[in-house]
Amino acid sequence: MAILVSKKVTKRFGGLEAVSKVDLEIREHSIYSIIGPNGAGKTTFFNCVTGFYTPEEGEILFKGRNITGLSTDRVTRLGISRTYQNIRLFKNMTTVENILVGMHPHLKSGLLGGIFRDRRTREEEKAAVEEASRLLTFINLKGKGDLLAKNLPYGEQRRLEIGRALGSKPSLLLLDEPTAGMNPSETQDMVSFIRRLRDELGITVLLIEHQMRVVMSISEQISVLDFGVKIAEGTPQEIQKNPHVVEAYLGRGAASGLGQALTAD
Amino acid sequence: MLRTWRQRITITDIFIWLIGLAIAALVIWGTIATLQQGKYPGSVWLDLTIKGLALGGVYALIAMGYTMVYGILKMINFAHSEVFMSGPFTAVFVAIGLSKSGFLNKQPVISLALILLVSAGVSTLIAILLERICYRPLRNAPRLVPLITAIGASFFLQYVFRGFYGSGTYGYPDIKALDHSWTVGGIQIYATQVVVIIGAIVMMLILFGIVQWTKIGKAMRAVSEDKEASELMGINVDRIIVFTFGLGGASAGAAGILYTLLYPVVTFYMGFFPGIKAFTAAVLGGIGNVPGAFLGSLILGLLESVGPNLFLTGLGIPSPSQLKDAIAFIVLVLILIFRPTGILGERISKDKA
Amino acid sequence: MKNKSSYWAKTLQNGLIGGGISLLLSVVGLVLAFGKTYIISGVLTMAQVFVLAPFLFEATQSIRQLPSKEPIKTLLVGGLTGLLGGAVLALFILINNFINIRSVLINVSPDLVNLLTFHLPLVAGLLALLGISLVVGLVAAGVFMLPDRIRGALSQAVMVVVLVGLFRDLIVTVILHWGWVQYAFLWIFAQSGLTIISALLLFALVGGLGYWSAGRNRKAIAANRTPRQQKVVRWGTLGVLGLIALLLPAILGSYFSEILDNVGIYILMGLGLNIVVGFAGLLDLGYVAFYAIGAYTLGMLTTSEAVGLLHLSFWVALPVALVVAVAAGVILGLPILRLRGDYLAIVTLGFGEIIRIVVLSDWLKPLLGGSEGIQRIGKPAIGGLVLANQQQLYYLILVCILIAGFIAIRLKDSHLGRSWMALREDEDVAEAMGINKVTTKLLAFAMGALFSGLGGVLFATKVGSIYPQSFSFIVSINILSLIIVGGMGSIPGVFVGGLALVGLPLLLSQFADFRYLIYGAVLVIMMLRKPEGLAPEARRRLELHEDDAGPGLQEELQTVTKNPGR
Repeated sequence: MAILVSKKVTKRFGGLEAVSKVDLEIREHSIYSIIGPNGAGKTTFFNCVTGFYTPEEGEILFKGRNITGLSTDRVTRLGISRTYQNIRLFKNMTTVENILVGMHPHLKSGLLGGIFRDRRTREEEKAAVEEASRLLTFINLKGKGDLLAKNLPYGEQRRLEIGRALGSKPSLLLLDEPTAGMNPSETQDMVSFIRRLRDELGITVLLIEHQMRVVMSISEQISVLDFGVKIAEGTPQEIQKNPHVVEAYLGRGAASGLGQALTAD
Repeated sequence: MLRTWRQRITITDIFIWLIGLAIAALVIWGTIATLQQGKYPGSVWLDLTIKGLALGGVYALIAMGYTMVYGILKMINFAHSEVFMSGPFTAVFVAIGLSKSGFLNKQPVISLALILLVSAGVSTLIAILLERICYRPLRNAPRLVPLITAIGASFFLQYVFRGFYGSGTYGYPDIKALDHSWTVGGIQIYATQVVVIIGAIVMMLILFGIVQWTKIGKAMRAVSEDKEASELMGINVDRIIVFTFGLGGASAGAAGILYTLLYPVVTFYMGFFPGIKAFTAAVLGGIGNVPGAFLGSLILGLLESVGPNLFLTGLGIPSPSQLKDAIAFIVLVLILIFRPTGILGERISKDKA
Repeated sequence: MKNKSSYWAKTLQNGLIGGGISLLLSVVGLVLAFGKTYIISGVLTMAQVFVLAPFLFEATQSIRQLPSKEPIKTLLVGGLTGLLGGAVLALFILINNFINIRSVLINVSPDLVNLLTFHLPLVAGLLALLGISLVVGLVAAGVFMLPDRIRGALSQAVMVVVLVGLFRDLIVTVILHWGWVQYAFLWIFAQSGLTIISALLLFALVGGLGYWSAGRNRKAIAANRTPRQQKVVRWGTLGVLGLIALLLPAILGSYFSEILDNVGIYILMGLGLNIVVGFAGLLDLGYVAFYAIGAYTLGMLTTSEAVGLLHLSFWVALPVALVVAVAAGVILGLPILRLRGDYLAIVTLGFGEIIRIVVLSDWLKPLLGGSEGIQRIGKPAIGGLVLANQQQLYYLILVCILIAGFIAIRLKDSHLGRSWMALREDEDVAEAMGINKVTTKLLAFAMGALFSGLGGVLFATKVGSIYPQSFSFIVSINILSLIIVGGMGSIPGVFVGGLALVGLPLLLSQFADFRYLIYGAVLVIMMLRKPEGLAPEARRRLELHEDDAGPGLQEELQTVTKNPGR
């Protein structure tokens, strides 16, 4: 059963097609990776899914529902959540507050509730803080809840960003290079953490990733984008053998490290 | 297709379009009613058009400062209106000095050149100091921070000038050479209007030439295209920014002098309205776009001059010219709501994430 | 910065900047305005403080960037900075002696020259100026070499002496109300400023207190308190503040009550704008528009003049005015709130001006009175008591501030408040968290319009007549400045900012002409040096800890048994 289907999605900037007729089908409870050289349109594709961009052509279906062109906030409320390549936390808010903002779609209290603090609001707030504390434990940031997000070390900021995304109880989580800038042991922790997301929380994970070791060890399915076009799709084994992929990486020499990783494995 | 369209439309959009339609209907209705009344003869409209063009020329010179700075730093230099004010304020005092010595009427051309030079110099200096003291340290701050600084600087400059010269209003001494007017086809054209229009065009051409063909102008355009890349190409970005502020300051100072030829009074708060209107013009033409600023300024000048009589008289509103400033602001609000990229601006997509 | 030549260059630069600032303050007229305002009678005027303080400041700056703090070098650098500053002024005076600068810059009068040369003949005066500048620089260096604790106490003491001296007239006016108690205090003051002896006593007292309290670690003491003690301290402070707030009009008399009312209205509006700018990060420069709308609605509905609409009572018109203001906020906000921050600022500014221009025009004159405004606006009455004088209105304003403050505090820590802050921090991400940008911003905008409208209503009824001139852009800037000085998003900051920025200029008439000059400078300096404000916003602690997860009694019992120093 596919949770997210993209049909011939195309996004142009001026004359440039950043994403060109991309077809994807992501099975529920899978870990799916999109790889490709820099500027291949991966993040643009994420932005199309989350409604930050409206694609010029094509359709995006989430759980069978057409979400093309919906505003970002509505997409999130349907159950898609994301993180960013360059961490974008609410820096001057505390860790808990970041998660509480992430829980926005499930909090009902508004202006009057906020002013009068009636029983329903109080109970909702209490439940939310408890839930946030559970999430803090899950992302292993317990005891750091009242620190400002900007004061956390890098790796913890990455985890907090995922924790914030989890706040909305998503069924599909988009992670944009979650291991960027991490050392090997941090990367290993992140890989097992992403597995836990799927295994313990039952979340489908769509991943943009540059580190081939991560991609090959974690993904069930992989798509390769190059200049906005999907040039290959398949299991890690299939991708490694695919001549187009090797050519895309090696031929241009843009990311030779990736090419080595491909052949080495 | 229809379904996705319906998903995208929100109540806000409908609301906005209703407002837009209502205003358009009012403008059309007012125009038709005014023309049917036939209260003003053709010569009045022509006269207003000339006034509008002169005004538009002045706005264009101020708008250059907004648009060039925006192009490079992506910030609104709110204090630019005070840079503009500093020009004529200095000019008046230089002119009074020259007039007292009798030099002004003996050598009007040299005097005017001297006045222009000194005042443009002062406004250039202020613009550069502004950048150095107020904006450079804040280049990486959140967007609102330099904007607030700019507002502060704007007030500071206003009241510094008030402290320097006093709170009164001052006028130019009579310049005999400009005391002419001609009657062409039933309308009176004043020498000042001619000087303003020609002066504005000449200065616009010079500015355009600098931006388009000089080496530093090319560097300016490169920096506004991509700051990091230009830095890698060996362009000294700081120097370009200072140059941009200086150039904008000089043209604003010159604009100030032309403006006071049209409205011969200077006060310390005179910068506010022309400044905000020039900003409107820059947005109207497409902010960051040099020809756009020129076009937008002419349109705004015409709207402000012809608009009140044309749109409002027919609606039975007394003394419509009182509302000319409101018209400029309404244009600003509407353009930002309906087409924030302006007439010539391309649709800028949100920053690539 | 490390090498030798650069710190001498820096010293040169600082000295010239110091001289430049002094010169600017002199030429703008600020110095002259305080020429007769003595801080210490017969010894020191405020004008001299304005001239010399920049030297002191710049000398400290010069010393700060020194790589090593050898005494001789420190003294040399400090003295040189001061001397250079003095030299700039001296040069200016010298030039003025040959060219009449006054024909262009009106404040360069013989009075100013006399003041700068200490009423001495030219050459002697210039030498005195240079000498004193040098001394100021040396003093800065000397003070810098003292231990931190003494330095802190000294600067506190100087500050207090200057403030008390500066506000001598006000303090005396207030004290004269106090019956026999006045004689316990009056001897402190001279005809203008403090007497030399009382200045020395005050200096010693404050300095001593400062030295003593610097030895106590306040944070450690506060942290050592149990939650119950903390509660007692908090409510105790609030109680004392509340009592002072209640008694103020009686203590201060009617003249100061009017000032207090003005400050109060600004604080009320500041609380509202703080929601818009501080919480939600929307720079609203047209805040005055809703103030005008509130005031004019009340005016039209309650005036007993012919232009009035219905001649309603204040209490009936009040909700109408608020609804109109909020509706205006929503109608304006809906289309513009999706604009980017800086465009939003300009559009709101434009809107404020449109309102003022339209009100001023002949078009709506039959309704709004044009430039003649609306007179005889209704006063609120409770039972049979009409709240007519400033002291009575104070309590009405106080109640409004309390309501506004309560709402602001509640909203700040609510779910909605967090959504606002998220939008302020990063709009795109906030949307990706499911927050609807336009409606959430609209709520902030509407709350702002509500309090601004309420401020307008209070203003209209307080003054009794309104004119379009009262609703210019400068009002928005006033309120914006007080928020920024206090700290964006900080509720205590609004009070701090309101008292400092609105209260001081009203209290000191000499400042009146320079009010906006100072506002402008304050905005720039705050943004450059202290963007978080004088009373920065603090975040609430939310994380649940196992040991204090339980509510109420349980929590207190557990924390008592815990070791107190956690």
